[in-house]
Amino acid sequence: MKNEILRFDNVTLTYHTKRGETAATENLTFSLNEGEFVAVIGPSGCGKTTLLSLAAGLMKPSSGSVTRHGTCGYMLQKDELFPWRTIEKNIYLPLEIKRQNTPERRKSAVELAKKYGLSDFLQSYPPQLSGGMRQRAALIRTLAMEPDILLLDEPFSALDYQTRLNVCEDVSSIIRSEEKTALLITHDISEAISLADRVLVLTKRPARVAFEHTLDFGEETRPIKRREKPQFSAWFEILWKELNI
Amino acid sequence: MKKEFSLEHRRYLAKKKQNAALVWALRFGILALLLGIWEAVTAFGWADPFLTSSPSRICKTIMSLYSDGTLFYHIGVTLLETLIGFAIAVVLGCAVALLLWWSETVRKVLEPYIVVLNALPKIALGPLIIIWFGTGSEAIVFMTVLVGIIVATLHMLNAFMATDGGKLLLLRSMGAGKLQILQKLVIPSSLPSFISMLKVNVGMAWIGSIMGEYIVSRAGLGYLIVYGGQVFKLDLVMSATFILCILAAGMYALVVLLEKVIVKNAES
Repeated sequence: MKNEILRFDNVTLTYHTKRGETAATENLTFSLNEGEFVAVIGPSGCGKTTLLSLAAGLMKPSSGSVTRHGTCGYMLQKDELFPWRTIEKNIYLPLEIKRQNTPERRKSAVELAKKYGLSDFLQSYPPQLSGGMRQRAALIRTLAMEPDILLLDEPFSALDYQTRLNVCEDVSSIIRSEEKTALLITHDISEAISLADRVLVLTKRPARVAFEHTLDFGEETRPIKRREKPQFSAWFEILWKELNI
Repeated sequence: MKKEFSLEHRRYLAKKKQNAALVWALRFGILALLLGIWEAVTAFGWADPFLTSSPSRICKTIMSLYSDGTLFYHIGVTLLETLIGFAIAVVLGCAVALLLWWSETVRKVLEPYIVVLNALPKIALGPLIIIWFGTGSEAIVFMTVLVGIIVATLHMLNAFMATDGGKLLLLRSMGAGKLQILQKLVIPSSLPSFISMLKVNVGMAWIGSIMGEYIVSRAGLGYLIVYGGQVFKLDLVMSATFILCILAAGMYALVVLLEKVIVKNAES
């Protein structure tokens, strides 16, 4: 059993507005182990993004507790690269924020970028890159923080289908080869199956974990290959039904 | 990076160039035509140059102002008042906008005051300004600041508040504090708005300084216009207005130049 790195214990979060209060999550309990890739799916508007904000510590639960061992890096739907900075400077951004902008950290960040095919684009500005390349740069920026957990908030949903499959492949191989722990939020069932070791299915709001599955793809971690396996469609059917309960 | 272009592309470029030349030719053409008509109607006696002045009389007036040494004095006075007022309005406006961005409470508390100050015709404060600041340049600079500062504040506050939500979330997830968010995101992303605010405020500064000189002054282009009106020297009014046009256009051109420098720097 590997070390537990993130734990939600009976987490309830209530949003307050003038019109009233809405429970986004209720008694949400799950945990994430080191090196694991967990996908969370749920009906739209079920508070998936709230879950990530809680995990990142941007919000405090109304009751229950969120325990995190280590730092986390957030990757969003859009790449959110700053258009006035070069790709290289964008990748340094988290180092500047965390006041760790040392030559060594910068060097390792650049090496990471080069390793994953961004060497030709380091001096380019974000608008000059394709959507896929930008999302890759966003991932490298997230990794430059050397986070212990990656929080992925539907990172492919803004891309067209073709790019989406490619970037999905990219991100998966980068995360696997860097041996990072990842928590992916998505509404795309096939994305969850093709990427994760474990899938959590949330209920409608207020969100709870309704089902939990450990996927049986063995050593196969490549999303495209997984999509070809017979288990893929079986899992799809199961998750599809569970989502519609 | 010299590139060989295809014939078609060279033709395309040549045509673009031709178009630009045509636009400029037409611009000057219209100016020359208007001035020509103006000069002609007065020369043939169809209009009374005493009431309408004329390009040649404007030239003469400016020459005589130049020869008695007061031309650059008046220009200098107005220009200095405008520039000082403009600078103070921009700096203070940005500072206030920053303060309002920083604290939601301050923003909410001050909102009605800003709305009222924005709607208030500043010229209504004329008598107060004379009493408080006297009849010197200070009063005019104060008027200029008054006209410009609210516009600068509101414009910049809008820009600061319009900062992209996703990018804010990203920085917060990295653990950025408010100062870092301001430094890394809010200020750089507001730069285009800052330039557009400067452009708007060039106009505001001239409104402020000329309005100030209308109310109280002993020198300056606004003074020349008011004085010319009072003694029915329309040549003087027109000449001062003409010089104002040139100065305002020049100041605007400087802002455009600044914009180009900033954009260029941001991309290197």
